Parts: sequence; C-alpha cells; structure tokens
Amino acid sequence: MLKTRITALLILLLGAGIGFFVYKSEIAKMAVAKDATPKGFLATHPFKLGLDLSGGTHLVYRADVSEIDATEIGDSMSSLRDVIERRINIFGVSEPSIQVQDGGFSNQGEQRLIVDLPGVTDVSSAIAMIGETPMLDFRTENPIKDAPVEATVGKDGNVVFDPYASQYIKTELTGRYLDKAILEFDQTTGEAIVALQFDEEGSALFEKITKENVGKSVAIFLDGAPISIPTVNEAISGGKAQISGNFKATEAKLLVGRLNSGALPVAIELISTQTIGPSLGTAATAAGVKAALIGFLAIALFLIIWYRLPGLIATVALSIYVVAMLAIFKLVPVTLTAAGIAGFIISLGIAVDANVLIFERIKEELRGGSTVGDSMHHGFKRAWLSVRDSNISSIITAIILYWFGTTLIKGFALVFLIGVLVSLISAISITRIFLYTLNIKKTNGFTNFLFGSGLSSAKSQK
Amino acid sequence: MFIIKYKKIFVSISIALVVLSIGAISFFGLNMGIDFKGGSLVEVEYTNVRPEQSIIEASLKPLAVGQVLIQPIGEKGYSIKARDITDKEHKDILSVLGTDAVEKSFNSIGPSVGKELARKSIISFILVSLGIIFWIAFSFRKVSKPVSSWKYGFIAIISLVHDIIIPVGVFAVMSHFSGVEVDTLFVVAVLTILGLSVSDTIVVFDRIRENIRMGQFKTFDETVGRSLNQVFARSIATSSTVIIALLALVFFGPTSTKIFALMLTAGMFFGTYSSIFLASPMLVLVQDMQKSRK
Repeated sequence: MLKTRITALLILLLGAGIGFFVYKSEIAKMAVAKDATPKGFLATHPFKLGLDLSGGTHLVYRADVSEIDATEIGDSMSSLRDVIERRINIFGVSEPSIQVQDGGFSNQGEQRLIVDLPGVTDVSSAIAMIGETPMLDFRTENPIKDAPVEATVGKDGNVVFDPYASQYIKTELTGRYLDKAILEFDQTTGEAIVALQFDEEGSALFEKITKENVGKSVAIFLDGAPISIPTVNEAISGGKAQISGNFKATEAKLLVGRLNSGALPVAIELISTQTIGPSLGTAATAAGVKAALIGFLAIALFLIIWYRLPGLIATVALSIYVVAMLAIFKLVPVTLTAAGIAGFIISLGIAVDANVLIFERIKEELRGGSTVGDSMHHGFKRAWLSVRDSNISSIITAIILYWFGTTLIKGFALVFLIGVLVSLISAISITRIFLYTLNIKKTNGFTNFLFGSGLSSAKSQK
Repeated sequence: MFIIKYKKIFVSISIALVVLSIGAISFFGLNMGIDFKGGSLVEVEYTNVRPEQSIIEASLKPLAVGQVLIQPIGEKGYSIKARDITDKEHKDILSVLGTDAVEKSFNSIGPSVGKELARKSIISFILVSLGIIFWIAFSFRKVSKPVSSWKYGFIAIISLVHDIIIPVGVFAVMSHFSGVEVDTLFVVAVLTILGLSVSDTIVVFDRIRENIRMGQFKTFDETVGRSLNQVFARSIATSSTVIIALLALVFFGPTSTKIFALMLTAGMFFGTYSSIFLASPMLVLVQDMQKSRK
C-alpha cells in the first residue's frame, strides 16, 4: 500500500515537473530577443509551429531529371537540396525545411523538392532567392572602338541600352571556375571586398587574360551587369582576384554566399505555392489554444459531475496527460499545425475514453455486490481488453495516414497517434495507481455515491 | 431492451438517413477544392474599405488568368480563385487589387500535385479500410455461435459504411449552402471517422461476445439486449467526451479546422448511434433470419 502511495506521489511530482518544464521553456523562449540565437536547454525547446500557424511559405518544385542517369538521381537530388539549403541560409530564414520527395507510384515518378520557409511571406522574393543563380563572368575590352550600342528589351518591357555589352567581350572565365569567394574588408578604407579564389583551370585562364590585357581594363560582370572594372597592372598567377564594387557589407556578404552556393545541378520548376500571412497564423494559433483550453475544461467538468470521485482522479490523470503531450511536442519536436491541434483536442476526448470504460466496469462490479476495493481491481482487469481493442483501429488509421499523407495530414496523424498511445499508458497506469492509492476499504452509502454516476449512486440501479 | 424490441424501426431510421445522404451527395455533388483540381486561391484584406466586387472583377479581366471566382470574406476581404498561376501573374493580381489590399494567404497548386493528392487519398482510404476489416476479422475470430464470426465483421463494416456516408452527406449539404470544398482535411476527417467509429462497434460486440461465453442469458435476443444495457451508459459517456472536445473545436477553434471538426462530430455521433441502434439490432435480425431458414 505504502509503495502504491509513494508511486502515486512520484507520478504527481513528475507531472508537476513536466508541467514546470513546459511553462518555463515558453517563458524562456519569450525572453530571447527576436533575432538572437536561443541558448540553454529551456530556450531551445519551444513549440515548433507549422507554416499555417507561424505564417510562411511552402513551395513545391519539380526537378527535371530526364537527362540524368537513373542511378545518379538520388545524388543529384541531394546535392540540389544542399545548394538550395545554402541559398536559403544566406537569407537567414530560421529553421527552413528542405526535403526531397522521391518519385513514388503515387506521383508518377516525379522528383520533387519541398521547401518550407517559416516567417517568409513575400513569395516573390522567396522564389527569387531559391531560383536565381548568380552569373559571374569576366570580360575584356572590345578591340573595336565605338561599336554600336546594343539595345535589348528588358524583363519589364522597357528598352535597355547596354553600353558595356558592346564595349566588352566575353571570355571563357566564368563563375564555374570559382573555388570559393571570401568576404574581406579593405585595411585602409574599410570597404567590403569580395575575394575570389579560382580553381586550377580558372587560375590558368585568369593568368592568361591578365597577361594579355596589361594596361587595359577587365570587367567583372554579375548577372549581366558590370560590378567592377579594374585595370590590369600585371599578369596575375595563383588565381586570386578581388571585386571591389562599392559594396555595402550586407550586399557583399550576400554575393559571397550566392557565389559559394554555386549553380543548381538540376533544373527545377515551381509547381505549387502556398503562403500564409502572419496575421492569419497568429489568429489560428490563438483559436487553437482557446479551443484546447475550453475543450479540456468542459471534459473535466463533465467527468467530475458525472463520475464524481473517479472523475476527479481522471481529471488529474488527464492533466498529466496534457503536460506529457505538450512536453513530447517540445522534445521530439512535433511540428504543430492547425490540424495537429485538432488531433490533440480530439485525443483529449479519447484519452478519457479508457477511463470511462474502466469506471463503468467498476460500477458494474459494485452493482454485482463487490466491495469498492475489489470492484476497482476487477474493473481494471476486465476493462483492459475493451480499452485495447477500441484503440487499435485508431492506431491503424493514424499509422496509415502518417505513412501516406502530405505534410498537413502527417501533422494530424502524428499528434493523433502519440495521443492514443500516451492515453493508453496514462489510463492503465496513472488512473489505476491513483484509485488504488485511495485504498477505500469501506463500502457504504457515501462511497457508493462517490463511485456512482449521473443522478444515481452505484448501488441504486438494478 | 427497447432497442431490440423496436429493432426494425431503428434499422429503418438508419437506412433512411443513408438514403437521404446518398441523395444529398448525388444531388448537390461534392465540390472538389483546389487541393485536388489544381488552381490558385488568393485571400486579401483591405485596410480601409474594400472596393465593389464588380470593380475588382473588371480590373482582373485584362490579366487573362482564365475564369476568376471572387467571393467576399469577412468585412473587408475577398478571396479570389483562378487556375494555377505563375509568380508573375500572382504579382499582377496583387498590383491590380491595390496597395491597401494586404495578402493574407496565397495558394497555387499545379494539376500534377492535385492528382497526386487524389491518388494518395484513394490509396489511404483503401489501406485504412483493409486494415480495419482485417482487425475486425481478427477480433472476432473466436466467436461462432449462434452467429458466425464473419457476420460480426460484415455487420461492423456495414455500420462503418453508414458512419461514413452520413457525415459525407452532411458535408454535401453544407458544401451546397456555404461553398466549402473537398480538401485534404475532408479526407483526413473521413479516415479518422473510419478509425473512431469502428472502435465503438467493437466494444459493443465485445460485450455481446463476453456474455455469450458466460452463458447467463437464455436467448440471443436477451444476450444482445442485456449487453446493450450494460454498454449503453459508457458508449454515450465516451462519445460525449470526444464530442465535447470536437464542439470546442467547432465553436472556438481555428477557421481552417471548423468544417473538419463538424464532420468528425457528425461521424462520432452517428458512429455511436450505429453501434447501438444499427449494428446490434442487425445482429439479432441476422440471427432471426438464420433461425427461420432452419
């Protein structure tokens, strides 16, 4: 008996401890400044919100792998993912998620790349930052002076006169021969400089170009526009070059990042876009939390009014269930979506299900004339099969939904699955230990009232 | 137990509800949303007063983004539906709407993504159904008298179909009057109802099975009737807790899951109803038919 009571006390303490962790980690998260990196165990375990709650952009790309050997598709896709991840990281998006979706039989063998960008609500700039490859090339002076100025029609429909395009001619040297780019600052002026290091082939090309153009200018073009036109003083070997183009430090940093991230190994095409504005996400989160709270309180009220003492115990068990679930959401971490919150709220109802089955059994035993103590023991034993059986179909559904679902469905299925499993454990262990702890030996009118339900006491029904 | 006494009435009510639902589904139809068809949806909210719908319609026309469906949402917003659009077309639409239109959400789904989702939904539906049928067969493998075990399974599946068709019928009616469309959450709702509603039927059948084994009651009718008596309170109580949670979601939850929660509420309600008022009376009816044939 003493052992049961100590266990019950330990469970209560543990529940309180977990609750404290959930609460503290939320406080700790709020204390961290918006752009600072959270430090410490507590601050690094916030709830992970899905795009529909946090606001953000969800992009689906189709990769064109038609020209790639079937055995190399996997490698190309993962290097594509890496390149895009690097590009996104330059922009400082917090916790982006970039996943390769394998071509399965359900999507006609298409290779897809799914990009989730929390907090990014400007779709156009997001698409631009992923799709753009910086084109870096080196051009030399056009020997034909006063070549006619070329006019081209730009993207925006305006006619552009590009004086440089005719003054300079392309060389073989492009960003493809780049080994890496480094951000530096001029020692005297403090100006940002992008230092380039070419690979072996590029170094040779660069040496050749500089050698042939001593005294002339060599233009460095980025995305078709000249950013720096230095004059060559001597042939440069070793493959080091510098771009000093009146950069702002942030611009230079961006350029370095983009140059380093390289070109996309596989052509991609955007096939699906989804953006959720921050106000919509915040409203959905608030409504979800409100619904969860009200749902919990209503269930607790129902349990206590209808099931009295066992109902009260079930409410305590349900509270422990709630904090345990919240802690699991934080620790795994489970990405919470509106559907996931719905799954959690439904699981509250289901978590009680097992308790109700057990209480009804206990009542039946009481009606059969057993003492309260015996009824509790037998009630648990006989209810277990029903509890188990009635949850298995939900588990089957949740597993299949998780396995096959899209991100949205997965969010629901995972929460639902964890909910059903945790509720099983909580009903058979926590509720049982609490009920046994009470160790009610007497069986009289009052105990029958406590274990009764609805308008009747346990004994009066026949 | 009155349920067994009036079993034909209850079975008839269920049949009527199913027929009504099928009628609603075929009459109103199920509007497929852009999740399945592909297409785009822009939701904007104006900071001040929103312009007339006809003005927006006229200004969108020159963009040539195909047929556009404009619906007012809330007090200051519009939702605009069109075929799936490119990033440039999206920008054009926003610029046409004016600078005080704040974009709340944007969704553009290519037809191949929609097709994939449709295919995935069908596969999941088949797998969940198969999984549950196998589970039912497994649960009832040991019962054979007086009704053989496969009949329990068959009846459980019939009540499952009943539990699915009615919420879908409810959805068809809602969809007709409010314009909601079949989306991913609809599929999740249907599959979740599959899982939840069968569990109640299993609990009821479980009790019948246990009472048959104990052999306390003389006739099969009485066994089923008494079993229902025993599980009645708990069936109502467990469903109530889930329905309470779902109603909290319907009334206070996020807009995006309201219809989802409403469908689940209907599924939960009819799932409980069917396990008590449909599955068990049918069990007795089947047994009656067996007897009269002998």
